[in-house]
Amino acid sequence: MTSGSAAQLQGGTKGSGSGIARKLGFSLLYIVLIAVAIFQLFPLVWLLFFSLKNNQEIFNLPPLSLPTSPRWENYAKVWESGNIDVYFFNSVWITIAATALTIILGSLVTFAITRMKWKGSSFVLGLFMVAMMIPVHSTLIPLFSMFSKANLIDNPLSLIISYVAFNMPITIMIMLGFYYALPKEVEEAAVIDGCSVNRMFFSIVLPMTSSVLATTGIINIIYNWNEFIFVNTFISSDSFKTLTVGVQNFIGQYTTDWGSIGATLMISILPILIAFLFLSDRIVEGIAAGSVKG
Amino acid sequence: MSNKIVIALYVLPALLLIMAVVYVPIVLTGYYGLNEWNGIGAMTFIGLDNYKELLTDSKFWTSAWHSLLLALFSGLSLILYLVVAMVLASRIKGANLFRKIYLIPMLLSSVAIAQLWIKIYHPTNGILNSLLESIGIANPPAWLAESNLVLYALFIPILWQYAGFYILIYYAALKNIPASLEEAAKIDGASAFQIAWKIKLPLVMEVIKVTIVLAVVGSLKYFDLIYVMTGGGPNGSSEVMASYMYSEAFKSYDFGYASAIGFFLLIICLVVTWIIRKLTATKDTIQYS
Repeated sequence: MTSGSAAQLQGGTKGSGSGIARKLGFSLLYIVLIAVAIFQLFPLVWLLFFSLKNNQEIFNLPPLSLPTSPRWENYAKVWESGNIDVYFFNSVWITIAATALTIILGSLVTFAITRMKWKGSSFVLGLFMVAMMIPVHSTLIPLFSMFSKANLIDNPLSLIISYVAFNMPITIMIMLGFYYALPKEVEEAAVIDGCSVNRMFFSIVLPMTSSVLATTGIINIIYNWNEFIFVNTFISSDSFKTLTVGVQNFIGQYTTDWGSIGATLMISILPILIAFLFLSDRIVEGIAAGSVKG
Repeated sequence: MSNKIVIALYVLPALLLIMAVVYVPIVLTGYYGLNEWNGIGAMTFIGLDNYKELLTDSKFWTSAWHSLLLALFSGLSLILYLVVAMVLASRIKGANLFRKIYLIPMLLSSVAIAQLWIKIYHPTNGILNSLLESIGIANPPAWLAESNLVLYALFIPILWQYAGFYILIYYAALKNIPASLEEAAKIDGASAFQIAWKIKLPLVMEVIKVTIVLAVVGSLKYFDLIYVMTGGGPNGSSEVMASYMYSEAFKSYDFGYASAIGFFLLIICLVVTWIIRKLTATKDTIQYS
């Protein structure tokens, strides 16, 4: 397959040379890039437009006509009567709780593995790394029955436990690289001064790793915010559902009200989009660092 | 406090958690697969019967074939992503902005993406058919309801979702290539395309291998988007392994059989990862000096 890709590259790009051709080629490149950008943004722009229209405007006016009298009431309506506010706050607190736990537990493990010598540390690290290759689906049925036995079905705790466990490997993997690159002099000086391991970790190392905490925090937030299959399987009460499943249910009930559906979808993606607007470099870095997770 | 206790305190919480939530369940999945079980009542040990049934279950093999097709499409689409990344990395002004725009769909939940694309594909009011009709194509298809089109229709949002992710990875790898290599090749009279093909491509081969594994294994366990968009329908024409497992468990309440599928999925993912690594490893021998 790789050789195929190479062949295509060469086949498709041979035969340009002189100055004018080069310039022409260069503008062609821009056209390609802009076309891809339009393809990526177009569905979202359309979504924004129809979230601000009513059915009559959506069905009778051209699809890309601007919502001349934007119907913000779509948003107010689904927020209040569609239970979206409950789903939204569930998403917020479950995402934050799971993310905080993951990066704290992950930091502890990474610290113990990179800074302390003990038997079996590489085996333990191996266990974390291999866990990355396990498909979530293969664990779903046993997890469901384990949580049922522990009375954790329809309890947000089942989500938090699962999120922390499944995001732990990638979190540790990203942290490892950072910890290995972190100079040890400060810690050595602290040891000489008689600083305890706990104090050293919490008041010296942890603050020094704030940038990797941010990177791993962001990718954890994105994964948890968007998670679907666990919520769909473990949670049945509306009061505990998060946005992904809540949106799914809401839309199932109001299939014909496009404006409301659009508003619901916009509400579910806006926090991530707003975060991206302000933190795009950090998010790009996080996604690239977490790229080994599928 | 002795160091041993500190280490235990630092490592055990996370370790016990992944043992309980990741490792114990995969062993249990294999074990449940040996039983007849509806998920609530008692289990009946039936040996390898579920696995035997799996081998002759045409529904399962159809879903496996669909997963394989998606994996193939995903693998092939990497070529496209690599080309775009090469273009981006060739000293394009605004490359950073482009790659950020490309990444946006990747940040959204599969459910939101699925719901949005259901609307895009809507037979009468969707943007796709509206556009097709406006350029004079009468009676465009109802994409998600046509059993011979649905899998291709599902692949477009997948492409849309992941394009930015792979472009980002390739772009980062290409940017890591020292500019001096390109300069030297230019002085030797190499064209931009020779540089891309003979210098850049071999140098990012390692990353390409990783992305092939990611794309193929990721597609084999594809679930969310398909579950929401079609539920495997119409008539099983978009059923994939994970969605088949899910419906056997949580719709048919055949937990034993579903566990066998889940275990099979695990084995397939591990084996495929291993095979791809083996297959691509031989290409390491090419030397660039």
